[in-house]
Amino acid sequence: MADHPPTNYVKIWAILLVLLMISILGPELEIKIITLITAFGIAVVKAYMVAKYFMHIDVERKYVHYLLITGITFMLIFYFGTAPDVMKHEGQRWENIAAKSEVKRVMDLEAKKTQKSETDVHGQSKPHH
Amino acid sequence: MIGKPIATTREATGTPTGRLAVWWVIVSEIVIFGGILGSYIMHRIGHPEWAFEAAHTNTLAGSINTFVLLTSSLFAVLAHSAAEKGDGKKAAKLLYMTCLGGLIFLIVKSLEWSSEIAHGFTITKSTFWSFYYVAAGLHGLHVIAGMVLMLWIASLAKRNEELQRVELIGIYWHFVDLVWIFLFPLLYIAK
Repeated sequence: MADHPPTNYVKIWAILLVLLMISILGPELEIKIITLITAFGIAVVKAYMVAKYFMHIDVERKYVHYLLITGITFMLIFYFGTAPDVMKHEGQRWENIAAKSEVKRVMDLEAKKTQKSETDVHGQSKPHH
Repeated sequence: MIGKPIATTREATGTPTGRLAVWWVIVSEIVIFGGILGSYIMHRIGHPEWAFEAAHTNTLAGSINTFVLLTSSLFAVLAHSAAEKGDGKKAAKLLYMTCLGGLIFLIVKSLEWSSEIAHGFTITKSTFWSFYYVAAGLHGLHVIAGMVLMLWIASLAKRNEELQRVELIGIYWHFVDLVWIFLFPLLYIAK
């Protein structure tokens, strides 16, 4: 078994729970940058803590580290190799008509819904309270 | 008494074979889950209208499940600690507690999904829900598989047999927890 320094696992768990609380409450503020930092930033921190203190990744031999880095590298290659074509709906010489029309269809539907709830039967704006 | 398989007693790379094998599995799973979650991210960025569907995910259920998995991971590492000290009975008890955490996770998830499906949010309703059920479902299958292995390893540990395997199932379980740590903000928070 890997030799690792004695750890207070309950303490680490308590810290993880506090981070969980922050990552849930942060996004409630609905400020994009705070959501990013709390939800995703904290996810990365929690992942690091689980990997280091629970999985004892830091006391594994280099072989394991290289293995993990290889897996993560391939994941990144697959992501960044395909993402630009999926995230964007048009490029220099192409256009994703199906995706564009789907986005437009749903956005129009939602806009109609909002409009409907703000006007009454006679097309008059409902009084805002 | 049957002798141990040769692989168990050798360390070709300096890491015990069993543990090395688990890390190989983890690496493979990183590409699998990284793939599905990365795929979700890139599609989500291109489809801002999914926000209307994503608003209907149950953040409370997701939060409870995050807490449950984190706590079960604690029990898993405590089981490893007990196994290191040679206390197979204690390790088995703690593994059973870990398994219980997995069971609670699955129960919360089934209640959550039943409610969502009853409200019409099915796997075919929108590509968002397709991603949601496939990603969380694949994760759930890994939880079930982990529980089955864990129960088997616990039954051996109870008799102080193959205690080194307690650490191995622990590493797998922590990884399942890690996937959820990323799945949760993606599907439940960043709507």
